[in-house]
Amino acid sequence: MKILVTAKRVEDPESKIKVDAAGKGIVKDGLKYKINPFDEIAVEEALRLAAKHPGDVVAVSIGGKEVHEQLRHALAMGATKAVWVNHEGPLDQMGVARLLQKIVEKEKPDLVILGKQSIDDDQNQVGQYLAEWLGWGQATFASKADSLDSENEKNKVPGVIVGDGAKTVDVIREVDGGLNRLRLTLPAVVTTDLRLNQPRYASLPGIMKAKSKPLEEQTAQGLGVDVAPKITVTKLSMPPARKAGIKVPDVATLVTKLKTEAKVV
Amino acid sequence: MATVLVVVEAQPDGQLKKATLNAITAARQLGDVHAVVLAKDASALAAEVKDYVKVVHAGSGAHLEHYLAENWAPAVADVAKSINAEWVGAAATQQGRDLMPRVAARLNAAMASDIMAVNGATLTRPMWAGAVIAEVTLSTPVKCFSVRTTEFALADKSGGGEVKAFAPAATGQTHAQFVEFKEVKSARPELTEAKIVVSGGRGTKGDFKEIEALADELNAAVGASRAVCDAGWQPNDLQVGQTGKVVAPQLYVAAGISGAIQHLAGMKGSKTIVAINKDAEAPIFQVADYGLVADLFKALPELRAALKAAK
Repeated sequence: MKILVTAKRVEDPESKIKVDAAGKGIVKDGLKYKINPFDEIAVEEALRLAAKHPGDVVAVSIGGKEVHEQLRHALAMGATKAVWVNHEGPLDQMGVARLLQKIVEKEKPDLVILGKQSIDDDQNQVGQYLAEWLGWGQATFASKADSLDSENEKNKVPGVIVGDGAKTVDVIREVDGGLNRLRLTLPAVVTTDLRLNQPRYASLPGIMKAKSKPLEEQTAQGLGVDVAPKITVTKLSMPPARKAGIKVPDVATLVTKLKTEAKVV
Repeated sequence: MATVLVVVEAQPDGQLKKATLNAITAARQLGDVHAVVLAKDASALAAEVKDYVKVVHAGSGAHLEHYLAENWAPAVADVAKSINAEWVGAAATQQGRDLMPRVAARLNAAMASDIMAVNGATLTRPMWAGAVIAEVTLSTPVKCFSVRTTEFALADKSGGGEVKAFAPAATGQTHAQFVEFKEVKSARPELTEAKIVVSGGRGTKGDFKEIEALADELNAAVGASRAVCDAGWQPNDLQVGQTGKVVAPQLYVAAGISGAIQHLAGMKGSKTIVAINKDAEAPIFQVADYGLVADLFKALPELRAALKAAK
């Protein structure tokens, strides 16, 4: 089973993000970068599936040369090949989905697994655009029946369940009010939610091996994709901070404040 | 005036999901609102929605019995085309998040997710877990959006719209099939609609008895932090945060929650925030109106008793 995964470069989720003085971008000084956590879950899931249904796991990232770091991370985890779409400048979700569509058409994977959203833009769109444009089925917000503390998780059992003859996959999805199970005919697009798996650490031998794994370069122009953004960010700002609150010494004071000051009980 | 199409969502029991009414309020700021209802038999829900919009397009069909993005997106896109909609949107529920980008793809439309405000054609939305607020414009002829429901009031009835029934074409080969829905039933109010939410975090060590008891005393919904849901202590559906539910109740009680930015993204719009945590340095205290440094297993029963006595 050949699986294609994404490895977007994003700010470390622990970083403190600040808007620059012009309100056009964020302050980059001192920021650390990582693979989008949802994409890391996608890589992990692909590796678990590939362990049972052997085939290539291809990681794709779009950006300048710095995204090699995220591609090498995916390779160090165990992906077999990386595709770098060399692109500088702004890109929106339609642009990303168009580029991925072209890569998918070249690579012909049986399954594409992406993070449900990237933690910078928080749009939650690319997987759905991609599925529609490929004419494939989609299962967003993939989760699983077991928790991240379960035996199955310790044994690295995939949450995505491959059907007989590897013609279908079943995906358990986090939806409002419970869990939904969909059966997708392959090829298909799956996007990951938080509780699909706990990604592995890259091992030292994995990191060494990653250095010699293939990393193929593509460009938007070479792929014949117009990536001119259709979304323009006109202004960035920081949300108003909440007014500083107070510490109350005991429960009695808290109840009094809630009744007389906040008037919420 | 621009025409706006809103996709109506039903609850599991077939009734109108209130989040749709928040989405209609946002849509009214963009133009004349039409709605589309899709179901095996859309007539009852369409009749309920028609008082809020100009026209309800009620699409019935056997292939629409269970929500599936692949079947719904073409039906929504067809209606959008037939009425020349400039905007197409839905509430940013899990269904709306799943569906709207697929609709946008079909319409070659750009999309803004989780919009918080509308100002002319400029939409405001959160980025980086709400650490940044962005104003965006979309330059495609048709534009899509999903609505952060906590930022818009429920729409009031605007008076008699009409219902237009239509029969969405079955899509032929479907690549996705509904297998089952395991509903997590709760007698408590819906998390996103409750006036009061009591949430527990890692500090509960998985024991939610006191959280639930306080919630019941206050007729509140129960919420949880990511750690709690990851460990399987509470269902995923209860997670409040960047990637879970966004809530803005009158009162939010966070017990044993440290307050990672990803959690704050889901609750910092609450009117009053109470934090109870053993760790005086926990970041949750920075957003709390009232902070109590205490063991939640001692403080919560005391709080419940005091509230009961004060009734």
